[in-house]
Amino acid sequence: MPHVLHKKDFWAGVLYIVFGAAAFWIGREYPMGTAGRMGAGYFPTILSVILMLIGLLSAARAFAQEGEAVGAIAWKPLAFVVGSTALFGLLLPSAGLVVALLVLILVSAAASQHFRFDPNAAAGLILLVAFCTLVFVKALGVPMPLVGSWFGE
Amino acid sequence: METLSNLWLGLETALTFWNLAYCMVGVLLGTAIGVLPGLGPTATIAMLLPVTFGLPPVSALIMLAGIYYGAQYGGSTTAILVNLPGESSSVVTALDGYQMARQGKAGRALATAAIGSFFAGTVATVLLAVFAPPLADLALQFGPAEYFSLMVLGLVASVVLAHGSLLHAFGMIILGLILGLIGTDVNSGTTRYTFGFPEIADGINFVVVAMGVFGLGEIIGNLANESTRTVMAKTVTGLMPTKDDMKQMAAPVLRGTVLGSMLGILPGGGAMLASFAAYTLEKKVSKHPERFGKGAIEGVAGPESANNAGAQTSFIPMLTLGIPSNPVMALMIGAMIMQGIQPGPSVMTEQPVLFWGLIVSMWIGNLFLLVLNLPLIGLWVRMISVPYHFLYPAILVFCAIGVFSLNNATFDVYLMAIFGFLGYIFRKLDCEPAPMLLGFILGPMMEEHLRRAMLISKGDATVFLSRPISATMLLLALILLATVLAPAVRQKREEAFQEEA
Repeated sequence: MPHVLHKKDFWAGVLYIVFGAAAFWIGREYPMGTAGRMGAGYFPTILSVILMLIGLLSAARAFAQEGEAVGAIAWKPLAFVVGSTALFGLLLPSAGLVVALLVLILVSAAASQHFRFDPNAAAGLILLVAFCTLVFVKALGVPMPLVGSWFGE
Repeated sequence: METLSNLWLGLETALTFWNLAYCMVGVLLGTAIGVLPGLGPTATIAMLLPVTFGLPPVSALIMLAGIYYGAQYGGSTTAILVNLPGESSSVVTALDGYQMARQGKAGRALATAAIGSFFAGTVATVLLAVFAPPLADLALQFGPAEYFSLMVLGLVASVVLAHGSLLHAFGMIILGLILGLIGTDVNSGTTRYTFGFPEIADGINFVVVAMGVFGLGEIIGNLANESTRTVMAKTVTGLMPTKDDMKQMAAPVLRGTVLGSMLGILPGGGAMLASFAAYTLEKKVSKHPERFGKGAIEGVAGPESANNAGAQTSFIPMLTLGIPSNPVMALMIGAMIMQGIQPGPSVMTEQPVLFWGLIVSMWIGNLFLLVLNLPLIGLWVRMISVPYHFLYPAILVFCAIGVFSLNNATFDVYLMAIFGFLGYIFRKLDCEPAPMLLGFILGPMMEEHLRRAMLISKGDATVFLSRPISATMLLLALILLATVLAPAVRQKREEAFQEEA
């Protein structure tokens, strides 16, 4: 039987409690109103209390029952996929679509254990960037700068 | 015959050149993305949603529906050919379908799935046309109290019928409800949980949540256990089922259709539950249950019919009550709201062209599936053969650009990254993100109905029990909950979902 601190139920419970407490804490400033005239804080407060209770139950269950261990977290894919997406958002206005796409594709692709440079992959990369430029910017008119403020004007 | 004249109206709408084109494009795109392993219908639809925003509402919904059953069928194709079901509803198809493929009968397995799906789709479309109007009429008499209770029932049922832990499903629903409240409160104008960001003053766009949790989250999850896979059949031949096959599949298709249609209407049911139940049923009634898992054609025909029937009939509560029964329907409702249509019973009377056009187009879409997919099987096989490490950066690119194009804001891209992170963590902790999406869509509606009901009753909460329809629905929710918590049923339920492991 895995230790309580390794169990999924325990951490899920912690997560619910954190979200519930945060929602409760932030929501305490919203006017409650009465049951007949509910203010902006009424429904969120009820929900956050329920969520905290569910969190307590889940955490308590981890103490009382057998449960699965969380297991290893895939930090590398997690960091690379989330990071490359955030980088795309960061680079799009400043460096432009082409650079942002290259960074997004290369950084995210590096998360895979099969990642390596070869002609096929390079061709795919160029094709994908060209496709996005043509379809999204030229054809569909999504207002994304091809070349960002860093490089021109 | 009102139904006939309505169907005629639908036929006129669905058969216009552009709507036919969008339906076909939807089916093709849906299948193309759906065959990619690791991409279920929810992720597929979330990814392709932005494509439809520029279209008029009718065409957009027709295309989305096409994408949905295209993705379903694509998932089955992958399940049969590579034993890698892209979605939970084709898990059971993989059991016997892949075995058939290994015996060189991939073509017949695919044809069985296609024919079964088409038959089930046809029946389910008729059911939709017959049962939706009376249900919508009934729903038109609902007041806020009834709506609130209906949503409670819907959410409870979706928890009970979904797989995984009950407690976590409830937790995720509540979390989704809270997330849905982010933005400006329509009654008081108070901005809630926006942390001062004006970008989310109108709430978080549901596409951002869906793409983050289902798109990014799934990619991270897949990368965590990357595996190499082999495509069973490089060339698929012998697409026509033999006479013997036809005889063997007739009864399973019928049973699957009936079972799937019934389960699809239930909240939370939809395609997945239908296919599991159908597989179990086929195994039970078969004279040779030992053949299952070794390439029994009934094991493909039953679940495939059931999952398509379920997918189709799950549109009934969505279109008539405005209640999503599964995450795909939640996305559909989100798309309707973005198109400026308020989902609910009035859709049928106020937007008859949309309502009936969509229904008829479903049947046409199923026809497209049957006619187009089998000849195009070579193309799908080639799509499946693209290695995942080439695929997922491209998926990420489409998600990022798609989310950006919603409001032309990089803020949404950051938000998607955050939801991607959360999506992976939830998955890691066995907290299914699907109920969260249901809660997210229903959050604002539930609050609104609760408020109105309580305002009318002057703060008396017994209004939910004193109105008969509302009380009945709450009672049903309670009974559902009680039965599932009863030890015997609980064990059965866990057994039923064991098969998937």
